[in-house]
Amino acid sequence: MGSALIAAAVNAVIGLLLAWVLVSYEFPGRRVLDALVDLPFALPTAVAGISLTALLGPNGWIGQWFEAAGIKIAYAQPGIVIAMAFTSLPFVVRTVQPVLEDLDPEAEEAGVMLGANDWQIFARVIFPSILPAFIAGCALAFARSLGEFGAVIFIAGNLPMETEITALLAVIRLEEFEYPAAAALASVMLMAAFVMLFLTNAIQLWQLKYVKGE
Amino acid sequence: MAGIPSPIASVVVAAAAGDVNDGARVHKRRVGQGPLVRWSLIGLASLVGGGFLLLPVIVIFTHAFALGLGPYWAAVSESSTAHAIWLTVLTAIVVVPINTGFGIAAAWAITRFSFKGKKLLITLIEIPFSISPIVAGVAYLFLYGSQGLLGPLLTDIDTQIMFTVPAIFLVSLFVTSPFVARELIATMQVQGNEYEEAALSLGASGFKTFLLVTLPNMKWGLLYGAILCNARVMGEFGAVSVVSGSIRGETNTLPLQIELLFNDFSSVGAFAAATILTLLALVSLGAKLWLERQR
Repeated sequence: MGSALIAAAVNAVIGLLLAWVLVSYEFPGRRVLDALVDLPFALPTAVAGISLTALLGPNGWIGQWFEAAGIKIAYAQPGIVIAMAFTSLPFVVRTVQPVLEDLDPEAEEAGVMLGANDWQIFARVIFPSILPAFIAGCALAFARSLGEFGAVIFIAGNLPMETEITALLAVIRLEEFEYPAAAALASVMLMAAFVMLFLTNAIQLWQLKYVKGE
Repeated sequence: MAGIPSPIASVVVAAAAGDVNDGARVHKRRVGQGPLVRWSLIGLASLVGGGFLLLPVIVIFTHAFALGLGPYWAAVSESSTAHAIWLTVLTAIVVVPINTGFGIAAAWAITRFSFKGKKLLITLIEIPFSISPIVAGVAYLFLYGSQGLLGPLLTDIDTQIMFTVPAIFLVSLFVTSPFVARELIATMQVQGNEYEEAALSLGASGFKTFLLVTLPNMKWGLLYGAILCNARVMGEFGAVSVVSGSIRGETNTLPLQIELLFNDFSSVGAFAAATILTLLALVSLGAKLWLERQR
């Protein structure tokens, strides 16, 4: 649960950056980067799971440097967060991107005319316009992270109370043939999913009103 | 005319499919065009794209070919892996056409008719996307398992569904049912039904109208949805892992086989199997890009 929140926060930053760069700048490799964003949706989660585990494990290309510094990534919380962030990254990018594209340049120009600096224009003009889409994207990413199983199961290595996430716990209970416990966990997740669905729906409605300026 | 689906539906479609982006437009922006800001942001984004998104794919291939071509080939053609590949393909062959049919029917009903409970139907179609695949698997287990709701009935007629191949088909059907439907709803809503009305008023039969007017109009959306559906069917892990029982060489699909091999510390085997699914993902992405340009 905490991991999913952190993953959503990480995605909020990275997703906003990617959406901004893809929409605002023309540079070699832009199309490649744009296509890459869809990769986490296309790549089966089990594949992403073993790949990230290999990459971040104690002997992995990246993991060994952290291992040398005494930081554990795979089989610990940072690894879970990275796996969740990987699988849910496209949500933020793909919800913010179209809104950013449709943004009226005149508002920005007005800001420039009135002598605002770049940061002021971003914070006062652009960011408020993309805020509803941004929040919706983060909520979707959070919901996805919460239910993520395939990628996480490999990297978590399930240590009780430490790296066990809800989805994993439900499966463990099933394997122990504790069906009522599994059912209880599953229904909690189901409720969480419906709450998130309701929330994102409400945000979307708000966004529609917001854009129309009512 | 058809009602517009709930706003969540349209935005989630955009989010999940990424179909909003024509890839060519660059916004004329006044802010952040200074060379320092511009290039540092582009650099940072490329770094994220390369390190966070591309590197995992490179890792898969280097690990799979770590011992050279021979062991790679041996791992892919090993009997239980080969069976897993076959089962995965078979699942796609069964599931994709059914869900395509379902998608056409659902999109047709939703965009061309108004009836009671339409909103409910739209929400219902969205459900498999909003719940975790694990929950889906558990739900099927409680419905068709031996201690499940329909368990006694199935025992009476001496049928077992859970932990067999049909169980894999069933959950795959559930998990991937929205893909084609959602794509088509979006496509058909934009198109409206003027052409069909014209065809009907000129005396074409209903079936002829469907075959010669509706179907050609929605072919891109249909293909797009089928590709997404196929990619998900072949890669589905969570739901399938709950209901398949992972019997090696029997009910093990490719993603489950990867897990099994990985836990057996058979690194080359697991990554070799993973390359197949990775290639599939890359082909799907390529096809998706190509389709976006066609539209």
